[in-house]
Amino acid sequence: MKRPEPAFAEPWHAQLFALTVHLNETGLFDWPHWADRFSATLKRHGVARELNGGDDYFNAWLETLEAVLSEQSLADPAQVDRIRNAWEQAYMTTPHGAPVRLI
Amino acid sequence: MFRWTVDSAARNAAPMPHDDHDHSVLPPDPALRVKALETILTEKGLIDPAALDAIIDTYQNKVGPQNGAAVVARAWTEPEFHAALMADATAAVSEMGFYGRQGEHLVAVENTGDVHNMVVCTLCSCYPWPLLGIPPAWYKSDAYRARAVREPRVVLSEFGVTLPDETKLRVWDSTAEVRYLVIPRRPDGTEGWSVDDLAAIISRDAMVGCGLVTVPA
Repeated sequence: MKRPEPAFAEPWHAQLFALTVHLNETGLFDWPHWADRFSATLKRHGVARELNGGDDYFNAWLETLEAVLSEQSLADPAQVDRIRNAWEQAYMTTPHGAPVRLI
Repeated sequence: MFRWTVDSAARNAAPMPHDDHDHSVLPPDPALRVKALETILTEKGLIDPAALDAIIDTYQNKVGPQNGAAVVARAWTEPEFHAALMADATAAVSEMGFYGRQGEHLVAVENTGDVHNMVVCTLCSCYPWPLLGIPPAWYKSDAYRARAVREPRVVLSEFGVTLPDETKLRVWDSTAEVRYLVIPRRPDGTEGWSVDDLAAIISRDAMVGCGLVTVPA
Protein backbone atom coordinates (compact mmCIF):
# COMPACT_ATOMS: atom_id res chain seq x y z
CA MET A 1 0.00 0.00 0.00
CA LYS A 2 1.22 3.47 -0.89
CA ARG A 3 2.46 5.60 1.99
CA PRO A 4 0.28 8.67 2.44
CA GLU A 5 1.82 11.97 1.40
CA PRO A 6 2.75 14.20 4.33
CA ALA A 7 0.06 16.79 5.02
CA PHE A 8 2.63 19.59 4.99
CA ALA A 9 5.73 19.70 2.81
CA GLU A 10 7.68 21.90 5.26
CA PRO A 11 7.46 22.31 9.03
CA TRP A 12 6.86 26.04 8.68
CA HIS A 13 3.84 25.42 6.45
CA ALA A 14 2.33 23.43 9.31
CA GLN A 15 3.26 26.05 11.92
CA LEU A 16 1.76 28.84 9.86
CA PHE A 17 -1.41 26.90 9.14
CA ALA A 18 -1.87 26.02 12.83
CA LEU A 19 -1.19 29.59 13.95
CA THR A 20 -3.86 30.92 11.59
CA VAL A 21 -6.44 28.29 12.50
CA HIS A 22 -5.80 28.93 16.20
CA LEU A 23 -6.20 32.70 15.81
CA ASN A 24 -9.45 32.11 13.94
CA GLU A 25 -10.69 29.81 16.69
CA THR A 26 -9.83 32.32 19.39
CA GLY A 27 -11.99 34.81 17.51
CA LEU A 28 -9.36 37.19 16.15
CA PHE A 29 -10.86 37.00 12.66
CA ASP A 30 -13.56 34.93 11.01
CA TRP A 31 -12.72 32.47 8.28
CA PRO A 32 -14.58 34.10 5.38
CA HIS A 33 -12.67 37.32 6.10
CA TRP A 34 -9.42 35.37 6.14
CA ALA A 35 -10.28 33.59 2.87
CA ASP A 36 -11.07 36.92 1.19
CA ARG A 37 -7.79 38.44 2.23
CA PHE A 38 -5.77 35.36 1.36
CA SER A 39 -7.47 35.08 -2.05
CA ALA A 40 -6.56 38.69 -2.79
CA THR A 41 -2.89 38.04 -1.98
CA LEU A 42 -2.82 34.91 -4.14
CA LYS A 43 -4.38 36.83 -6.98
CA ARG A 44 -1.81 39.61 -6.71
CA HIS A 45 1.12 37.21 -6.52
CA GLY A 46 -0.27 35.19 -9.40
CA VAL A 47 -0.31 38.10 -11.85
CA ALA A 48 3.36 37.87 -12.74
CA ARG A 49 3.74 34.10 -12.71
CA GLU A 50 2.00 30.85 -12.01
CA LEU A 51 2.17 29.97 -8.31
CA ASN A 52 2.89 26.50 -7.09
CA GLY A 53 0.87 24.94 -4.28
CA GLY A 54 3.87 24.72 -1.93
CA ASP A 55 6.18 27.56 -0.90
CA ASP A 56 4.47 30.08 -3.23
CA TYR A 57 1.14 29.33 -1.64
CA PHE A 58 2.38 29.54 1.94
CA ASN A 59 4.45 32.66 1.25
CA ALA A 60 1.21 34.33 0.17
CA TRP A 61 -0.46 32.96 3.31
CA LEU A 62 2.31 34.40 5.52
CA GLU A 63 2.14 37.80 3.85
CA THR A 64 -1.62 37.84 4.44
CA LEU A 65 -1.35 36.90 8.11
CA GLU A 66 1.37 39.51 8.70
CA ALA A 67 -0.86 42.16 7.10
CA VAL A 68 -3.94 41.14 9.13
CA LEU A 69 -1.98 41.15 12.41
CA SER A 70 -0.38 44.48 11.57
CA GLU A 71 -3.78 46.06 10.83
CA GLN A 72 -5.11 44.79 14.13
CA SER A 73 -2.06 46.30 15.90
CA LEU A 74 -1.09 42.86 17.18
CA ALA A 75 2.29 42.56 15.50
CA ASP A 76 3.79 45.55 13.74
CA PRO A 77 6.14 44.87 10.82
CA ALA A 78 9.20 46.45 12.48
CA GLN A 79 8.72 44.27 15.52
CA VAL A 80 8.31 41.17 13.36
CA ASP A 81 11.57 42.02 11.54
CA ARG A 82 13.40 42.59 14.80
CA ILE A 83 12.30 39.31 16.35
CA ARG A 84 12.85 37.42 13.12
CA ASN A 85 16.46 38.70 13.13
CA ALA A 86 16.82 37.77 16.78
CA TRP A 87 15.78 34.22 15.89
CA GLU A 88 18.30 34.18 13.07
CA GLN A 89 21.04 35.25 15.48
CA ALA A 90 19.94 32.60 17.94
CA TYR A 91 20.26 29.91 15.26
CA MET A 92 23.63 31.22 14.19
CA THR A 93 25.06 31.23 17.69
CA THR A 94 23.51 28.07 19.10
CA PRO A 95 25.77 25.02 18.86
CA HIS A 96 24.43 22.33 16.57
CA GLY A 97 22.13 19.99 18.46
CA ALA A 98 21.34 22.36 21.34
CA PRO A 99 17.84 23.82 21.66
CA VAL A 100 17.59 27.21 19.96
CA ARG A 101 16.15 29.90 22.20
CA LEU A 102 15.79 33.64 22.09
CA ILE A 103 18.09 35.29 24.59
CA MET B 1 30.85 37.86 11.77
CA PHE B 2 29.39 35.52 9.22
CA ARG B 3 26.01 36.64 8.09
CA TRP B 4 23.73 34.43 6.09
CA THR B 5 22.08 36.29 3.29
CA VAL B 6 18.52 35.21 2.87
CA ASP B 7 17.70 35.11 -0.79
CA SER B 8 15.29 33.07 -2.82
CA ALA B 9 17.80 30.27 -3.23
CA ALA B 10 18.32 30.07 0.51
CA ARG B 11 14.60 29.95 1.09
CA ASN B 12 14.42 26.77 -0.86
CA ALA B 13 17.68 25.35 0.43
CA ALA B 14 17.19 23.35 3.57
CA PRO B 15 19.46 22.49 5.15
CA MET B 16 21.77 25.37 4.31
CA PRO B 17 25.12 24.63 2.70
CA HIS B 18 27.52 23.77 5.45
CA ASP B 19 30.24 26.20 6.35
CA ASP B 20 32.86 25.95 9.06
CA HIS B 21 30.56 27.22 11.81
CA ASP B 22 29.24 24.68 14.22
CA HIS B 23 25.84 26.30 14.63
CA SER B 24 22.30 25.05 14.24
CA VAL B 25 20.80 24.73 10.79
CA LEU B 26 19.20 28.05 9.92
CA PRO B 27 15.56 27.69 8.89
CA PRO B 28 14.44 29.50 5.72
CA ASP B 29 13.32 33.12 5.95
CA PRO B 30 9.55 32.49 6.11
CA ALA B 31 10.08 29.95 8.90
CA LEU B 32 11.89 32.62 10.93
CA ARG B 33 9.06 35.07 10.28
CA VAL B 34 6.49 32.53 11.47
CA LYS B 35 8.56 31.99 14.62
CA ALA B 36 8.65 35.76 15.14
CA LEU B 37 4.84 35.95 14.92
CA GLU B 38 4.53 33.08 17.38
CA THR B 39 6.94 34.77 19.80
CA ILE B 40 5.10 38.09 19.66
CA LEU B 41 1.63 36.57 20.03
CA THR B 42 2.72 34.23 22.82
CA GLU B 43 4.19 37.15 24.76
CA LYS B 44 0.88 38.96 24.39
CA GLY B 45 -0.96 35.91 25.66
CA LEU B 46 -2.93 35.60 22.43
CA ILE B 47 -1.88 32.09 21.53
CA ASP B 48 -1.29 28.88 23.37
CA PRO B 49 1.69 26.98 21.92
CA ALA B 50 0.16 23.68 23.08
CA ALA B 51 -2.96 24.44 21.02
CA LEU B 52 -0.76 24.97 17.94
CA ASP B 53 0.89 21.59 18.49
CA ALA B 54 -2.52 19.95 18.86
CA ILE B 55 -3.74 21.47 15.57
CA ILE B 56 -0.63 20.26 13.74
CA ASP B 57 -0.97 16.79 15.25
CA THR B 58 -4.61 16.64 14.20
CA TYR B 59 -3.94 17.48 10.57
CA GLN B 60 -0.69 15.53 10.29
CA ASN B 61 -1.86 12.36 11.97
CA LYS B 62 -5.59 12.18 12.60
CA VAL B 63 -7.63 13.87 9.91
CA GLY B 64 -7.32 12.69 6.35
CA PRO B 65 -9.11 11.11 3.40
CA GLN B 66 -9.91 8.04 5.51
CA ASN B 67 -12.69 10.11 7.08
CA GLY B 68 -14.25 10.96 3.73
CA ALA B 69 -13.84 7.35 2.62
CA ALA B 70 -15.78 6.17 5.67
CA VAL B 71 -18.59 8.57 4.78
CA VAL B 72 -18.71 7.48 1.14
CA ALA B 73 -18.58 3.76 1.97
CA ARG B 74 -21.45 4.21 4.39
CA ALA B 75 -23.46 6.13 1.82
CA TRP B 76 -22.90 3.26 -0.65
CA THR B 77 -24.15 0.64 1.78
CA GLU B 78 -26.84 2.36 3.89
CA PRO B 79 -29.71 3.85 1.89
CA GLU B 80 -30.95 5.84 4.87
CA PHE B 81 -27.58 7.40 5.48
CA HIS B 82 -27.24 8.09 1.76
CA ALA B 83 -30.53 9.98 1.79
CA ALA B 84 -29.53 11.93 4.89
CA LEU B 85 -26.14 12.80 3.40
CA MET B 86 -27.63 14.08 0.17
CA ALA B 87 -30.27 16.08 2.06
CA ASP B 88 -27.97 17.67 4.66
CA ALA B 89 -24.35 16.57 4.50
CA THR B 90 -23.23 18.85 7.33
CA ALA B 91 -25.63 17.16 9.75
CA ALA B 92 -24.99 13.64 8.42
CA VAL B 93 -21.21 13.80 8.79
CA SER B 94 -21.31 15.57 12.14
CA GLU B 95 -23.29 12.60 13.40
CA MET B 96 -20.15 10.58 12.50
CA GLY B 97 -18.01 13.02 14.48
CA PHE B 98 -16.72 15.14 11.58
CA TYR B 99 -17.14 18.85 12.19
CA GLY B 100 -15.93 21.84 10.21
CA ARG B 101 -13.64 24.01 12.29
CA GLN B 102 -14.69 27.16 10.51
CA GLY B 103 -18.40 26.53 10.75
CA GLU B 104 -18.63 25.86 7.04
CA HIS B 105 -21.43 24.04 5.31
CA LEU B 106 -20.81 20.72 3.57
CA VAL B 107 -22.57 19.64 0.39
CA ALA B 108 -22.36 16.11 -1.04
CA VAL B 109 -22.48 15.84 -4.83
CA GLU B 110 -22.95 12.42 -6.34
CA ASN B 111 -21.47 11.01 -9.52
CA THR B 112 -23.81 8.98 -11.69
CA GLY B 113 -23.74 7.53 -15.17
CA ASP B 114 -24.91 10.91 -16.47
CA VAL B 115 -23.03 13.42 -14.32
CA HIS B 116 -19.49 13.67 -13.04
CA ASN B 117 -18.70 16.21 -10.33
CA MET B 118 -15.36 17.87 -9.71
CA VAL B 119 -14.32 20.30 -6.98
CA VAL B 120 -12.02 23.31 -7.07
CA CYS B 121 -11.50 26.50 -5.11
CA THR B 122 -10.71 29.10 -7.72
CA LEU B 123 -9.91 31.85 -5.23
CA CYS B 124 -7.76 30.07 -2.66
CA SER B 125 -8.00 26.48 -1.48
CA CYS B 126 -11.22 25.91 0.44
CA TYR B 127 -11.50 22.19 1.02
CA PRO B 128 -13.47 19.85 3.31
CA TRP B 129 -10.68 19.54 5.91
CA PRO B 130 -12.57 17.32 8.38
CA LEU B 131 -13.19 14.74 5.65
CA LEU B 132 -10.10 14.97 3.46
CA GLY B 133 -7.44 16.66 5.60
CA ILE B 134 -5.08 19.25 4.17
CA PRO B 135 -5.36 19.67 0.40
CA PRO B 136 -2.48 18.38 -1.71
CA ALA B 137 -0.16 20.87 -3.40
CA TRP B 138 -1.78 20.40 -6.81
CA TYR B 139 -5.17 21.49 -5.44
CA LYS B 140 -3.54 24.70 -4.17
CA SER B 141 -1.63 25.44 -7.37
CA ASP B 142 -2.61 28.20 -9.78
CA ALA B 143 -2.60 25.64 -12.57
CA TYR B 144 -5.37 23.52 -11.08
CA ARG B 145 -7.38 26.44 -9.71
CA ALA B 146 -7.50 28.11 -13.11
CA ARG B 147 -7.72 25.11 -15.40
CA ALA B 148 -10.31 23.05 -13.50
CA VAL B 149 -12.90 25.56 -14.62
CA ARG B 150 -11.51 26.44 -18.04
CA GLU B 151 -10.68 22.97 -19.31
CA PRO B 152 -11.88 20.41 -16.79
CA ARG B 153 -11.85 17.49 -19.23
CA VAL B 154 -8.20 18.10 -20.03
CA VAL B 155 -7.36 18.30 -16.33
CA LEU B 156 -9.25 15.08 -15.69
CA SER B 157 -7.39 13.33 -18.49
CA GLU B 158 -4.13 14.33 -16.80
CA PHE B 159 -5.38 12.48 -13.74
CA GLY B 160 -6.03 9.50 -15.99
CA VAL B 161 -9.80 10.00 -16.05
CA THR B 162 -11.57 9.97 -19.39
CA LEU B 163 -15.32 10.39 -19.34
CA PRO B 164 -17.70 9.48 -22.13
CA ASP B 165 -18.62 12.57 -24.17
CA GLU B 166 -22.25 12.29 -23.11
CA THR B 167 -21.35 12.48 -19.38
CA LYS B 168 -22.06 15.95 -18.10
CA LEU B 169 -19.32 17.55 -16.07
CA ARG B 170 -20.14 19.82 -13.15
CA VAL B 171 -17.37 21.83 -11.53
CA TRP B 172 -18.12 23.12 -8.04
CA ASP B 173 -16.27 26.17 -6.79
CA SER B 174 -15.74 25.94 -3.03
CA THR B 175 -15.89 28.94 -0.76
CA ALA B 176 -15.09 29.70 2.85
CA GLU B 177 -18.73 28.91 3.62
CA VAL B 178 -19.47 25.91 1.41
CA ARG B 179 -17.25 22.88 0.81
CA TYR B 180 -18.04 19.91 -1.40
CA LEU B 181 -17.55 16.16 -1.12
CA VAL B 182 -17.85 14.11 -4.27
CA ILE B 183 -19.58 10.77 -3.80
CA PRO B 184 -17.90 8.66 -6.48
CA ARG B 185 -19.66 5.81 -8.29
CA ARG B 186 -19.40 2.48 -6.58
CA PRO B 187 -17.50 0.14 -8.89
CA ASP B 188 -19.02 -3.07 -10.22
CA GLY B 189 -17.77 -6.20 -8.56
CA THR B 190 -17.97 -4.84 -5.01
CA GLU B 191 -21.37 -6.28 -4.16
CA GLY B 192 -21.38 -7.72 -0.66
CA TRP B 193 -18.14 -5.96 0.36
CA SER B 194 -17.86 -4.70 3.94
CA VAL B 195 -17.87 -0.98 4.64
CA ASP B 196 -14.20 -1.16 5.65
CA ASP B 197 -13.18 -2.97 2.46
CA LEU B 198 -15.05 -0.41 0.39
CA ALA B 199 -13.51 2.51 2.30
CA ALA B 200 -10.05 1.13 1.57
CA ILE B 201 -10.44 1.60 -2.20
CA ILE B 202 -11.90 5.13 -2.06
CA SER B 203 -9.15 7.63 -2.81
CA ARG B 204 -8.83 11.29 -1.96
CA ASP B 205 -8.69 12.17 -5.66
CA ALA B 206 -11.99 10.35 -6.25
CA MET B 207 -13.64 12.43 -3.52
CA VAL B 208 -12.42 15.65 -5.20
CA GLY B 209 -13.74 14.33 -8.51
CA CYS B 210 -10.29 13.90 -10.04
CA GLY B 211 -10.30 10.13 -9.87
CA LEU B 212 -12.60 7.15 -10.17
CA VAL B 213 -12.92 4.32 -7.69
CA THR B 214 -11.76 1.04 -9.16
CA VAL B 215 -11.37 -2.46 -7.83
CA PRO B 216 -7.66 -3.22 -7.41
CA ALA B 217 -6.52 -5.90 -9.83
